[in-house]
Amino acid sequence: MEKEDLRKELKVSAIENGTVIDHIPSKNVFQVIKILNLSEYQNQLLIGTNLDSNKMGKKGIIKVSNKFFKSDEINKIALVAPTATLIIIKNFEVVEKKKVEVPDYAENIVKCFNPNCITNNEEIATKFTVIDKKELKLRCHYCEKITARNNISFR
Amino acid sequence: MKNKSLVSINDFTRAEHVRILELAGAFEKNPRQHILQDFVVATLFFEPSTRTRLSFESAATRLGAKVIGFTDSSSSSVQKGESLRDTILTVSNYCDIIVMRHPREGSARFASEVAKVPVINAGDGANQHPTQTLLDMYSIRKTQGSLENLNIAFVGDLKYGRTVHSLVQALCNYNTTFHFVSPLELKLPSAVKIDIKQRNLVYHQSTDLLDVIPKVDILYMTRIQKERFSDPLDYEKVKNTYVLHNEMLAGAKPNLRVLHPLPRVNEITTDVDSNPMAYYFTQALNGVFVRQALLASILGVVD
Ligand SMILES: [Zn+2]
Repeated sequence: MEKEDLRKELKVSAIENGTVIDHIPSKNVFQVIKILNLSEYQNQLLIGTNLDSNKMGKKGIIKVSNKFFKSDEINKIALVAPTATLIIIKNFEVVEKKKVEVPDYAENIVKCFNPNCITNNEEIATKFTVIDKKELKLRCHYCEKITARNNISFR
Repeated sequence: MKNKSLVSINDFTRAEHVRILELAGAFEKNPRQHILQDFVVATLFFEPSTRTRLSFESAATRLGAKVIGFTDSSSSSVQKGESLRDTILTVSNYCDIIVMRHPREGSARFASEVAKVPVINAGDGANQHPTQTLLDMYSIRKTQGSLENLNIAFVGDLKYGRTVHSLVQALCNYNTTFHFVSPLELKLPSAVKIDIKQRNLVYHQSTDLLDVIPKVDILYMTRIQKERFSDPLDYEKVKNTYVLHNEMLAGAKPNLRVLHPLPRVNEITTDVDSNPMAYYFTQALNGVFVRQALLASILGVVD
């Protein structure tokens, strides 16, 4: 193999079967791993971050062997990685490409922006209803205040 | 409503609100009935609110219930660092219903999920105070004969007043025409207006109290607090603009009633008190009947 090709091969090491999560904002790669519980994952897992991307400048990518996510499971990451694309691989072939979608509910992913909310003062899982997917507005199940894109942060 | 917690005003349906108001009317006629003598009511006040606590305790005691609890967190295990979860789980063992007040928003919702008994929210920070909303609805219905199609003015601090927000939410079910009167700094937040707009109800915003008085059936006054202004000069400019004097009621409709969640500071001068349109002290009394209705129906003693 040519040196250049080898380098490329190492960067994008293919998986036989599984899911590639591409176009993750670099800074949120580890949030995605946390949300999908991948730190405990027993199969092959490839994680790349700060990779060059024409679209995004820098991006992150995660390749999960032998794993096909259910849509309500994978859509949770739309809150931290709205730009993410999913590539489903079977026998080294791309069989499907899709975008993540913002879910209707978010459990224990987002932090309530209200400092006086009980979830910021006791050990409680946060729960939000997404009331506006486009503008990303989430209503806290506890304090009923709205956390929006401009003040969103993650647990 | 048996075993149902009341955390937010919207936890109960319109029909359930109406039922509570009807029951409250029956308790007003006959407030001393020993129908709760087999029950223990816990009043957990993690921050003091003497007025609300006494109203609940009066309601419970007049129905024959035993009342246990604490009046502020300094006298309880919370002081020793116990979590809200543990306090609620423990107290659930000792009582049939919990009435709680807590300085943090969302605390009552969380407690209702942890507790083995129903929870009535008596105020969670700046969020909800549904029993105040129900007593306001009771007062409006009683003085006007109905909740439908009324012109209701809210005056003062409409930005931070949770009492105003919940009552506006509830009144959206009754084809209300709203008149919001406040300084520009304390206008009703747009999140509250969403409900009004969704139902295509009419609302007017103004800064002129005198202009609104002849148009309305209910004048709901609230206090403007100095701390709400970033610039003290802004407060000085408006502080006397939203004070109700007796002579200002000269042009009012005869059915107008003045409401106020109390305590009042100076936003209604005492010369209004003797005007038959002043209703705020009776409004506070109505709180006892509404709380009797809630305790009795949630404990399943009445349907
Ligand atoms: Zn919250």
